[in-house]
Amino acid sequence: MRIGLFVTCFNDTLFPASARAVVRVLERLGHEVVFPRSQTCCGQLHFNTGYQRECVPLVAKFAADFADLDHVVSPSASCVAMVREHHPRVAEVARDPGLARAVAETAPRVREFTEFLVDVLGVTDVGATFAHRVTYHPTCHGLRVLGLADRPTALLRAVRGLRLLDLPEATQCCGFGGTFALKNADTSVAMGADKARHVVDTGAEVLAAVDNSCLMHVGGLLSRNRSAVRVMHVAEILANGADA
Amino acid sequence: MGMPAFPEAARTALADGQLRANLRTATGTIRAKRAAVVAERADWEQLREAGRAIKDQALHDLDTHLLRLEEQVTAAGGVVHWARDAAEANRIVVGLVRAAAADEVVKVKSMATQEIELNEALAAAGITAHETDLAELIVQLGHDRPSHILVPAIHRNRSQIRDLFQREMPDAPPGLTDDPVALAGAAREHLRRKFLAARVAISGANFAVAETGSLVVVESEGNGRMCLTLPEVLISVVGIEKVIPTWQDLEVMLQLLPRSATGERMNPYTTIWRGTTPGDGPREFHLVLLDNGRTAALADEIGRDALRCIRCSACLNVCPVYERTGGHAYGSVYPGPIGAILTPQLRGVDADPVAKSLPYASTLCGACYEVCPVMIDIPKALVHLRAKVVDANRANPSPERTAMKVAAWIFARTRRLELLQRLTARVASLLFRKPTITRLPPPLSRWTETRDAPTPPPEPFRDWWSRTREEP
Repeated sequence: MRIGLFVTCFNDTLFPASARAVVRVLERLGHEVVFPRSQTCCGQLHFNTGYQRECVPLVAKFAADFADLDHVVSPSASCVAMVREHHPRVAEVARDPGLARAVAETAPRVREFTEFLVDVLGVTDVGATFAHRVTYHPTCHGLRVLGLADRPTALLRAVRGLRLLDLPEATQCCGFGGTFALKNADTSVAMGADKARHVVDTGAEVLAAVDNSCLMHVGGLLSRNRSAVRVMHVAEILANGADA
Repeated sequence: MGMPAFPEAARTALADGQLRANLRTATGTIRAKRAAVVAERADWEQLREAGRAIKDQALHDLDTHLLRLEEQVTAAGGVVHWARDAAEANRIVVGLVRAAAADEVVKVKSMATQEIELNEALAAAGITAHETDLAELIVQLGHDRPSHILVPAIHRNRSQIRDLFQREMPDAPPGLTDDPVALAGAAREHLRRKFLAARVAISGANFAVAETGSLVVVESEGNGRMCLTLPEVLISVVGIEKVIPTWQDLEVMLQLLPRSATGERMNPYTTIWRGTTPGDGPREFHLVLLDNGRTAALADEIGRDALRCIRCSACLNVCPVYERTGGHAYGSVYPGPIGAILTPQLRGVDADPVAKSLPYASTLCGACYEVCPVMIDIPKALVHLRAKVVDANRANPSPERTAMKVAAWIFARTRRLELLQRLTARVASLLFRKPTITRLPPPLSRWTETRDAPTPPPEPFRDWWSRTREEP
C-alpha cells in the first residue's frame, strides 16, 4: 500500500510538526509513507476567495503530483474538502475533460488523517499516551463537508491518560474562514472570542482539532489573552508517546 | 444604496453590546425550538428533498406555471398585473390604491413589498401604510429597518419595545409594562382600529399555486387574516419564484416552513384564497407578479438555487456571522446567509459596495446549508458569486489581486515555493525570537491587532523530510 502525504502548503511552512506527527503515527503502525516532493498547494485560498481561474493550474498540478498512489493522507480537513468536493467543480468550470478525468482519479483517494486511520486502517487505538485534559473543536469542513463525525474523538478517547472534555456549542464555527479572518477581521474575532471563552470554560489544558488554520485563529486569541490553554493538532496528540 | 459595505457595517453592530445580547438570546431560543421539532420527523431529509424537487420543477418551467397561475386567478375573479421591477410594481400598487379612493392601507407582513420599498412609494403618493404584523409595527413605529426575515424586530428586547410604544403609539395604555402579554394587548387595541377602518389591504404570499390559482399566507398572529378578509380591496405583491405547480405541493411546503421558521409543527394561521367570492371577503383582488432581478438570477445555473428560498430564516438563526452582526449589517431586506446570495443577484453582483461585499460575509462554515428546508447549497453559491465579483473587477488592480496572482505564480512551481519557505524561515529567525508574533505590517496587521501569530519554524516539513529520509 503506497500512502502519499499531502502536507498542505500551510502546514509545510507553518506547522511542520503536525505533518511529522502524521508520518510518525503511520510508520509506527507499520506503513510506509511517501512524500511527493513536487506538491505545492491545493488551491483552496484561490478558489474560496473567488480566483477560480488562477485555481485551475493548481488543481491540474495536484492531480499530477498525487497520481499513482493508493492513498493520500493529509493533516487538514479543509484542504481535503477542497480536493474532494471542489476539485471536480474547478475542472467543470474550466471545461477541461482531461482535467476532469485526472481529478476523478485522484480526488476520491485523498483522506483526512483521522478518516484514514478509522476508515482505511480500521484503527482507533494508535498506542498513544497523553496525560492531559483535552477539549476538541470539530472544524467546519471536517464536520460538515467531510462528515468526520466521531472519528477524531474516538481516536482521542483511546489515548492513554487523556481526559476528553465536552466543548459547549462545539459545532459553531470559530470564525477563521480563510481570507474572512482578514476581510471581516472584526466579526472573525468576535466569533473566535466566543469559541476561546467556551474552550477556557471547559477547564481543558489543550484545545485539539484537525485543522491548524482554525487552531492558529483560536490559539492566537488565547495566547493574546495570556490563557494557559495550548492548541494542538490531533495528529500530534496521537503521535505522543508513540516512539517510546 | 449609500450603505456601508458589510465589514464596516458589521463593526458598528459588533460594538453594540445590547444588540449582541438580544441576538444571542433570540437566535439561541429559536435554534433550539427548530432542532427539537425537526428531530421529531424521521423523514425530515426526504421532506427536504421533496421541497427542493418541487421548487426546482417550478423554476424549471416557470413561464408555464406563471401563465397557468394568471389564467386561474383571472378565472376566479382576480386581476393579474406583471411588474418588471420595483418602480413598475410600486406604480401599479399606487394606481390601484388611488383607484379605490383610499389614503391609507393596512399591510400584511411581506418581504416583497419591503424589497421594492412600497411604503416609501405610497408615502410619496400621500398614502399611509399601516404595518399590522407586531414586529413590523415595532420596526415602523421606531422609524427603523427590519433586521430579520421572520422576526424583523429581533434586535429589540421587550423593554426597548415598551419604551417605543409609550413614545410612538398615541393610544398606548398608561403604565404599560414590558410584560409580553401587556405589549401584545396594547398592539392589538391599536391595530383593531386600523383593521376596521381600512378599505384596502396589501399583502405578499408565501406560495402561489398555479394549478388552482390559490394564494397562501402563513402567519402566527391572525393579523394577516384580518387584512386578507376585512377590507374591500386586496392587493398581493408576489415574487414570481413563489409559484408552485400543484395544490398537493403544499403538503410538503406547509410541513417544511413552520418547523424551519418558528420551530412549530404547524403555524397558527394559514389563509388561502382564490380570486374573489361574492359576499365573502374582498370584492376586488389584484395579484402583482414581481420580477425585479429574479429572471436574471434564474439564468445563473448556480445562483438560481437561491430562488428556491421560502423565507423561513433557518439559515439566519444558525449563522454564526448573523448571530454577531445582526441583520442591518447586510444592507438589504434579505439579511443573513440567504441575503448574502440573494441581494447581490437581485441588485447585480457589482452594483454597489454592499452587494460586492456580501458574498464574502461568511466563513463558509456550512451551517446554513445543513438546515435549509429546500437544500440551497449557500456556501457553493457564495463561492460562485465571489468568482463573479473577482471576474467583474479584473481590470481594476488591487493589492489582493496582485497577492493572489503572485501566490498562484509561486505555487505553480515547486522550486518557487521551496525558495519562499526558506526565505520565510530565514527572515523569521532574524526578526522574531519568540514562538509567537504580536505585530505584523499591513495587511497582516489585521490579524495581529487582536491575535498572536505563530513564528514560522526554522525548518519546513519538506526540508525535514529531505534531511531525515532521503540519501544525500
